[in-house]
Amino acid sequence: MHHLRGEVAVGSLLAIVGPNGAGKSTLLKGITGELRPLQGQIELHGVRRQEIACLTQLTTLDSSFPMVVHDFVAMGLWREIGAFGGVSRAQNARIDAAIELVGLGGLERRPIGALSGGQLQRAHFARVLLQDAPLVLLDEPYGAIDAASVRDLAALVRHWHDEGRTVIAVLHDLDHVRQEYPETLLLAREIVARGDTAEVLSDDNLRRARQIAEGRGGGEHAPICHADEGTK
Amino acid sequence: MSETLAAIPFVSPFIEFGFMRRALAGCLALSLGATPVGVFLMLRRMSLAGDAMSHAILPGAALAYLIAGLSLPAMTIGGLCAGLAVAVLSGGVARNSVIKEDTSLATFYLISLSAGVLIISLRGSSVDLLHVLFGSVLALDDAALLLLASFASLSVVVLAVGLRLFVLEGCDPAFLARISRLGPLAHYGFMVLLVLNLVAGFHALGTLMAVGIMILPAAAARLWVCNIGPLLLIAMFTAFLGSFLGLLLSYHADLPSGPAIVLTLGGLYLLSLAIGPLGPLASRWRSGWHFER
Repeated sequence: MHHLRGEVAVGSLLAIVGPNGAGKSTLLKGITGELRPLQGQIELHGVRRQEIACLTQLTTLDSSFPMVVHDFVAMGLWREIGAFGGVSRAQNARIDAAIELVGLGGLERRPIGALSGGQLQRAHFARVLLQDAPLVLLDEPYGAIDAASVRDLAALVRHWHDEGRTVIAVLHDLDHVRQEYPETLLLAREIVARGDTAEVLSDDNLRRARQIAEGRGGGEHAPICHADEGTK
Repeated sequence: MSETLAAIPFVSPFIEFGFMRRALAGCLALSLGATPVGVFLMLRRMSLAGDAMSHAILPGAALAYLIAGLSLPAMTIGGLCAGLAVAVLSGGVARNSVIKEDTSLATFYLISLSAGVLIISLRGSSVDLLHVLFGSVLALDDAALLLLASFASLSVVVLAVGLRLFVLEGCDPAFLARISRLGPLAHYGFMVLLVLNLVAGFHALGTLMAVGIMILPAAAARLWVCNIGPLLLIAMFTAFLGSFLGLLLSYHADLPSGPAIVLTLGGLYLLSLAIGPLGPLASRWRSGWHFER
């Protein structure tokens, strides 16, 4: 990935789309600090790395771990309670409210291993909800879940946007992006287009992104070149 | 009073004989300290790694034995050093080479185990080797008992204080890495706890049996509940029950106590497989049961 320069304003609702291997997940890892850019930098103004809530495409969660939904979601409170603090009654109420909000009400005591894929993803959203993060990163959050779940969770993302949080989501479903996201970044190892979703997702741009990804756009000329990466 | 108690066959050997009481106290310490560590070993899919680590402490204990004879502190320190060295070395090789974690651990523990047996045979008799491999729960003296009790107390406190950390490290390490810098502390802290408890178990049950009181009760308890808190408690209770019954078995049937305890724990595990609600038989019979095994 190279020649990436840009800013994401606080409170943006930004979709990142692009073919496989375009560097979408890599960019998110750059933002969380898991990967360091070879050159240039990624600056976060006013957000500490630990304050970023991140929902990755392949969660590392071991769902066979003997843990109930309530305790799993409660991990979202880590920034408040840390490794050793207790959970107050008010915080418990917030945990229950988050579970209710993602549509898992009544399943608080269910082991996470007994949840369906969609329910588990809802539980992940509830955990992100409790993290109360100014910056939320979602990496293909609707991977293997049904339309009803997508609808509910998309409403939650809209709600975060209304609250003034910055949301950056890697997505594949272009129709969904057109409906839900005002701003889009089309990526294919470099920025193909960026800005208003309707303009970015034109047939021309999409074709060009595909060509670059397939190696016909000449993207390999400069494996490492001088570039700046700027975000937010 | 003690005469009426002594009439009960389950209690009388413990009332009559001091060595049986000491053995029971040692097993209680192991059930409280080592078994919860075993639960986390199981949940992190490291049951076999625990087994390997238990053999890895052998050369340290053997070297100490060669230098200082059957001295409790020397063998403890030697075992700790050897165990931690193997943990750190194998972890380092796995992270920095093409050798994978399991192979890396296997290589080091094999080297360690053979070195240990070799060192013991240099000086000791086969009796000493038996003591090291199978322990001597019926010959725990005050010093050994104190050591078991202090290691157990330490692990109970550390596990209680760091429970949230250990749970998160076990179920979602990447999430922990994102929200906190304590991940490596949890990992290495756990390895230290593991080695401490293996050394404790090694004095009572020997290197070959020490892992038994960690993994068997944990696996048995897993067949009954699917929440970490109750799981830890049930595992501790199972470990103590198994040790109690195993000691009685060894007393009445005149069997070696270490294997008798571990076999009894194995029996409780097989029983849990048969009747535990999360066991293979129960889930077959009760199609309405939706919990994941």
